[in-house]
Amino acid sequence: MKLLNFLRGEAFARGVHPPQHKDTAAMPISRLPFASRLVVPLSQNVGRPARSVVQVGQDVVRGQPLAEADGFVSAPHHAPASGVVEAIRLHPTSGGPWTDSVIIKVHPGSPQAVEWEDPRDLSAMDADELIAAVQRTGIVGLGGGVFPTHAKLRVPKEFPVDTLVVNGCECEPYLTSDHRIMVERASDLLAGVAISRRLLGNPRAIIGVEDNKPDAVEAIRALLPADGDVTVETVPTKYPQGAGEMLIKTLLGREVPPDSRSYQVGAYVQNVATLASMGALMPRGRGFIERVITVAGTAVARPGNYLVPMGTPLRFLLEHVGAPADAVEVIFGGPMMGQAVACLDAPITKGVSGILVFHGQDLAPRAERKSFPCIKCGKCVESCPMGLNPSMLGMLATKRQYDAMAETYRLGACFECGSCSYVCPANIPLVQQFRVAKQVLRGSEKAA
Amino acid sequence: MRVEIHSAPHIKADNGVVKIMRNVVWSLLPLCAFFIWQYGVSALSSLIVVTAACLAAEALFLQLGRQSGDLGDWSAVITGLLLALTLPPGFPLWMGAVAGFIAITLGKAIFGGVGHNLFNPALVGRAFVQAAFPVAIASYTPSFMPGRLTEFIPSSLAWPFMAPQDTSAWLLASHLDGVSGATPLARWKFEGVVASSFDLLTSVSGHMAIGPSPLLILLCGGYLAVRGYLDWRIPAAVMGSAAALATVMFAIDPHHYPDPLFVLFSGGLVLGAVYMATDMVTSPVTPKGMWLYGALIGVLTVIIRYSGGLPEGVMYAILIGNAATPMIERVSQPVAFGTAVKRKEKQS
Repeated sequence: MKLLNFLRGEAFARGVHPPQHKDTAAMPISRLPFASRLVVPLSQNVGRPARSVVQVGQDVVRGQPLAEADGFVSAPHHAPASGVVEAIRLHPTSGGPWTDSVIIKVHPGSPQAVEWEDPRDLSAMDADELIAAVQRTGIVGLGGGVFPTHAKLRVPKEFPVDTLVVNGCECEPYLTSDHRIMVERASDLLAGVAISRRLLGNPRAIIGVEDNKPDAVEAIRALLPADGDVTVETVPTKYPQGAGEMLIKTLLGREVPPDSRSYQVGAYVQNVATLASMGALMPRGRGFIERVITVAGTAVARPGNYLVPMGTPLRFLLEHVGAPADAVEVIFGGPMMGQAVACLDAPITKGVSGILVFHGQDLAPRAERKSFPCIKCGKCVESCPMGLNPSMLGMLATKRQYDAMAETYRLGACFECGSCSYVCPANIPLVQQFRVAKQVLRGSEKAA
Repeated sequence: MRVEIHSAPHIKADNGVVKIMRNVVWSLLPLCAFFIWQYGVSALSSLIVVTAACLAAEALFLQLGRQSGDLGDWSAVITGLLLALTLPPGFPLWMGAVAGFIAITLGKAIFGGVGHNLFNPALVGRAFVQAAFPVAIASYTPSFMPGRLTEFIPSSLAWPFMAPQDTSAWLLASHLDGVSGATPLARWKFEGVVASSFDLLTSVSGHMAIGPSPLLILLCGGYLAVRGYLDWRIPAAVMGSAAALATVMFAIDPHHYPDPLFVLFSGGLVLGAVYMATDMVTSPVTPKGMWLYGALIGVLTVIIRYSGGLPEGVMYAILIGNAATPMIERVSQPVAFGTAVKRKEKQS
């Protein structure tokens, strides 16, 4: 413990320090009202889409299952509000593609109380039953991974996990939803930690929190059990500290080798929002129907941390927070890795941790976005947390030498954190080039 | 409501190419002022003429097309100012114009413009005039001459393609004792006289034939390094390796070799280390590569000075370093995350 204190302040190598803009950090979680219609896509996560279990015209109550998991890597969905199933049809999603969705016409005055639950005694369950109970909640990785949480919890027996790393870094600028969850829902978080530890063979748990959130550290410390198996560690505020590999490196000094999973170095990473949802929902057998989302950005009149019912149309939320109707950029997630939204009718789904809205000119003036040739300043090399050479990768991408990118320069290790593009003085869209290269390589793999 | 779609990341650090270049120009202005203080109107005219020639060449090639960059990116100004600072202050202005034109043409434009050149353009220009005008490039004049702020060094105003006027008569006419047009490096090499390294560092005492103060260069470079517009590793490696080799040689034979401080502060070593070797385009991108590259330049400089025919070796050392950069990068790729030999784990 002493040695760990001594080593505190040492983080993973490289990375960047974008301005934080955590203006909503002190804003308590507040509830977003129901929209008149909610749209629940059957496919919201990694894995197979869920199968609808309701009929058009059927009345549903808040919390009732709408769709069941189809296989192990799949998650069910529940009704976020009481209403009537108006249609089950294709509906656009934030990225553009249309997907099968259950559309609920919300009853006026639909109650906030959850009217459907299936409580079971968790303490009597064995591991398989507990994993099935996690699956019934429909929880997926809320940090943006959207991998079904129950499936991630099934760690192969040959890899003993010695540490549950709880990710409370929230390193993306603007986002504060995890921060508020740690401050306001620390008991739910610790309940989720306890359930996860049971499933992982009772490893120690370390909650890693960036040192810009001292109130979150305080709130959790006040509730920690006395046995010392669960601890809170502050880690340096540096992007991308919240990437699982980077947090493992900072907390444990271990590096996850390429093409490996974190459990292969004895660590298992879970995000605080995911664990807090587990802790809140599982004891009562409830489904995942709402999540905390930071709404921020220069074009938002009423920024804050909102408890948003799943399936809320983006347009409804934007009107509620006072986003203007002129040209804007809407981003799901943080400004470093988030995805620009193509369709304002898209519903808000389980993977959305933040919604940022900007006037077009606010982020980076368009004139400044003119690209220069690479001047080989090396700033990207000094920013890449994975120790890659983005400068070289970018030059190879321009020449379409995708195989060399993958084989010699380890393109596969890039997790698109955006640090290289962020620092590039020449405005070269490095990450975009890498995405294209990966897509081309995946295409040629399939063809082969 | 109209939405705009862009690829992540949606935010950018405030450090564009143009901003970096502009800051390098700002940091060069004190050096230019010092140079003008040392040599008066000749230095001022040289800075203006060489820079104008660089800009003219840049404009010409941008007009011809298929070049990257633009006239407003300040890169040609940097080339011009640096080139002028490495030329003798009384260098005929028309030769300075040739140097500037060649620097942009052969140093940059033929490779395709900003970002594509292999060699430092200013040094390509200087190497060209070193070969074309060997007498003029070796004709230095003493600093702080009494009439410098009102009259030209006679050689500055030579007509194109005519032999420049000999400055020895002009020197005699100044009636200053012990004044010589030889640089401290030339005096060491050919006369065995080693100048005081403190005087060299400040460059304000006496009438030595030297460029702007190394101390000032280090201050200006330090500003760039602090702002993140210059990688400190390169000057550290150049000066460190040159000093190390000079120390070894000095320890072996103190009568034959000068002391390491003289080696550091004489000639163009500091200017080359801080402003020339650090040219981003022509130096390695990897931190390990920067150390290797800098060390190569420092060692080569000392070797050329000690065993070459010329008293100064910084220019060729850097050009060789530029040439070696692709090779150096190949052997200095960063270690990818998770592939290092397993280090000791943190204990808890």
